[in-house]
Amino acid sequence: MSDLGLWNVLIAVIGGAIRVSTPFLFVSLGETITERSGRINLGLEGTLVFGAMSAYATAVLTGSAWAGVAVAGAAGGLFGLVHGWICRLPRVNDVALGIALMLFGSGLAFFFGKAFIQPSAPQLPAIPFGNWSDLPQIRAALQVNVLFLIGAVLSLVLWWGFRNTRTGLVVRIVGDSAEAARAMGYDVDRVRLLATGAGGVLAGIGGAYLSLYYPGSWNEGISSGQGLMAVALVVFARWNPLACFGAALLFGGAGALGPALQSVGVSQGYYLFYAAPYVLTLGVLIATSSPNHALAGAPGELGQAK
Amino acid sequence: MERGPVAHQSISRRTLLGGTAVLGLSALASTGARAAGPMTVGVIYVGPKDDYGYNQAHAKGAAALKGLPGVEVVEEENVRETNDVQKTMESMINMDGASLLLPTSFGYFDPHVLIEARKNPTVQFRHCGGLWTEANPKNAGSYFGYIAQGQYLNGIVAAHATKSKKLGFVAAKPIPQVLNNINGFLLGARSVDPSITCQVIFTGEWSLAVKEAEATNALIDGGADVITCHVDSPKVTVETAARRGAYVCGYHADQSALAKDRYLTGAEWDWAPIYKGFVADMQAGKAPPNFLRGGLADGFVRMSPYGPAVSEAARKNADAVKAEMMKGGFAIIRGPLKDNKGNAIAEAGKGFAENAPELESTGYLVEGVKGSA
Repeated sequence: MSDLGLWNVLIAVIGGAIRVSTPFLFVSLGETITERSGRINLGLEGTLVFGAMSAYATAVLTGSAWAGVAVAGAAGGLFGLVHGWICRLPRVNDVALGIALMLFGSGLAFFFGKAFIQPSAPQLPAIPFGNWSDLPQIRAALQVNVLFLIGAVLSLVLWWGFRNTRTGLVVRIVGDSAEAARAMGYDVDRVRLLATGAGGVLAGIGGAYLSLYYPGSWNEGISSGQGLMAVALVVFARWNPLACFGAALLFGGAGALGPALQSVGVSQGYYLFYAAPYVLTLGVLIATSSPNHALAGAPGELGQAK
Repeated sequence: MERGPVAHQSISRRTLLGGTAVLGLSALASTGARAAGPMTVGVIYVGPKDDYGYNQAHAKGAAALKGLPGVEVVEEENVRETNDVQKTMESMINMDGASLLLPTSFGYFDPHVLIEARKNPTVQFRHCGGLWTEANPKNAGSYFGYIAQGQYLNGIVAAHATKSKKLGFVAAKPIPQVLNNINGFLLGARSVDPSITCQVIFTGEWSLAVKEAEATNALIDGGADVITCHVDSPKVTVETAARRGAYVCGYHADQSALAKDRYLTGAEWDWAPIYKGFVADMQAGKAPPNFLRGGLADGFVRMSPYGPAVSEAARKNADAVKAEMMKGGFAIIRGPLKDNKGNAIAEAGKGFAENAPELESTGYLVEGVKGSA
């Protein structure tokens, strides 16, 4: 293998962006749908973990990775519907419920996942986009998983759909003003129930990526908070699906920076490099914040105490 | 693994002859051990006990106790290195009546085990990996194995397998045990071919699946073609490396099932005889040793069977060195040797045997390791 020095860092960051970003992307797209309808679902971390477990378990038992993805999506959807259904009851706080569901989802995944820590599951396929290159580093970096491509297309579709389709507009109206939506004859609770369910499906699929492709293994620490970070990414991306894609790539790439720099000999202060994604988030939030107006793009109904 | 009586003999012998200055037979206090009746042993893990790694190795040791007459085992998994472990220890003592506690994660020792040991003078605490000293409570203690010996043998086998002459090491935190393993791995490889180097990447945590996968990819992108690690669960590292076509040396437990023909060999723990020894001491009415260390020769550490990719020459070479190690006193750190910043570690003719107290506080990486401690 040839020694590419600093070029390795760039290749690794690009490769890392592609490898690591997918769970961030799916969870943040899911959360965007939910939040656009005026609800916050902090439980997506738990959904992600449960999705990872159920996908892995299904793949081990059936021998099919895609069956795992389907089960993870269904399980995630179920979690979303539970959140949406409980939230429509009077005097329920969606933030508190989300935290409860996050713990519940993780706990349930740990309980059922006990037996699946050891077995190896079949993995999701990747498309080798790097075959034009002789460099093994580039070939490895451009192994692109199908779910990543689906996520990229999905962010485009959602971005377009929120602007141009009836469904997208209804979700946005419900999220911006429940009163107005009711006046127009829409069932606010039902729209939110479905939006939360859809968000859960995507988060579950994000979990399937974790356990069935990268890192491609089930254990209890598999997510290490990625679901929560992805929920924060939605604010970072201003509830815009296209920006979610960019933010997820940025986070994935920044996460690859630490190991890549150490591999070319920049080994001092790796804890600081590991903090890069978070420093980045803080920086952007501070740079774009304003004391005078609410965040641009924030759904009007979001976070209002009931 | 089932060699309880023999292993116990070897522990008592080592305890009596004791290579280490602070070897303690001290805590024979009458309160220190309960002689009769069934005893309960509490084992605490930082992760899941089937993680193909650190926790699994301990859980196998604990499982060997379950069949013994008059012994009950209580276990708790996924206990964090915070006040949580104090609560777990207290509940094992007060609810389950545990008289011997084995909190197995490095971060449990200071302050958590020390606090609980002072609070519960009638209970024995033996911690894995910590450095017990005379100043610590007499009912506490620490045990660990010279697993760097296993990493040295890993390095020898890796040296025969590598084509790029670059090895890769995914490490969690730069603590002495981890640094000894990195140094052992490279020095083993250099004993075969002095031109070999080893790149190390620290992930900063004992278990971070995504970061471990990224680190493994970065090492292979950097040209490494044999990978080993020191993280709690080597599963992600081993699988990622094998998928990328690199060879793998295992750690903590046998991961050959995960890497198939890419698996060369591995450094494994064998805690069963050690735990049986502790229990036998307690049942005989005395406290287990406060400071217990051992390596290949003492049965604390063993090697995974060689994989199909290991050449005849590599097997012979590793077996010969292993035979040397079985005699005891094999010095992995042997002068003249410098660290990777150019400072002298050992002068010519000087060496640290596996039980040298200097190795308990290693703070350097040897020359040829790329990375900083």
